Amino acid sequence: MNRAVEDSNRRMLRARDAMDRAYAQPLDVPALARIAHVSEAHFSRTFRATFGESPHRYLQRRRVERAMFLLRATDRSVTDICFEVGFGSLGTFSRTFSAIVGTSPREFRREAAAPVVPTCFTMAWARPSRAPSAPADD
Amino acid sequence: MFNAITHSQMFVLDQDEALDFYVGKLGLEVGADIDFGAMRWLTVRVPGQPEREILLERPGGPGMSEETAEQVRDLVTKGAIGGWFILTTDDCRRTHETLLERGVEFTEEPTERPYGIDCGLRDPFGNRIRITQVTA
Repeated sequence: MNRAVEDSNRRMLRARDAMDRAYAQPLDVPALARIAHVSEAHFSRTFRATFGESPHRYLQRRRVERAMFLLRATDRSVTDICFEVGFGSLGTFSRTFSAIVGTSPREFRREAAAPVVPTCFTMAWARPSRAPSAPADD
Repeated sequence: MFNAITHSQMFVLDQDEALDFYVGKLGLEVGADIDFGAMRWLTVRVPGQPEREILLERPGGPGMSEETAEQVRDLVTKGAIGGWFILTTDDCRRTHETLLERGVEFTEEPTERPYGIDCGLRDPFGNRIRITQVTA
């Protein structure tokens, strides 16, 4: 462990923060690598080594978390929510949501109301887990 | 049984850099900055609020093996060490603007919440801090 690793961690954290903040935007590897100031080839590998999952899966879990919130807290349509959180098609959304959460968006909707705690706390703890049953994404 | 919480702690990787950030950018004030030789007791607080201080501690020293200190630094820079606090303000949006001009790295823009308006930022090391304007 040295300054180089700490510096790398911090860059990866910056990219991860960008996914937490701008999850609805089309954040691809080139965009994230620019935020982290590393090469595209380097980015995905380093991100996975740092946080234990690919940037793609991290972004999917963030989007699914937002979808879970909107399904619970609003009565907007599933299609509406799908695009709102950054998915490009309803098929991808439903498949990803079910793989990560274990139920379809519609089934999930029967859940309870959202808790009132600081959002950074909700963001971390309400995130769907890295279910071992979920198919690998890359 | 108890009267108050007076001190809590956050790990920082460099205390001089921490001073630049917490005092120079965030506008907190130094509560204590005492060099004990082996350690530097460095605290910051909100100006005019001496009853609550945050200790800015460097991982390491004789109380922690170098291997453990490395693990702590690893977790801090991954944003996983967990030390954080909320600063309250009367005007979250204006505070956000001021700090943005000073180059503070925000993770979240000011946003309306059920409890008020708040935003999130990180210190240079990876620790997270929130700024909340609580609904009256």
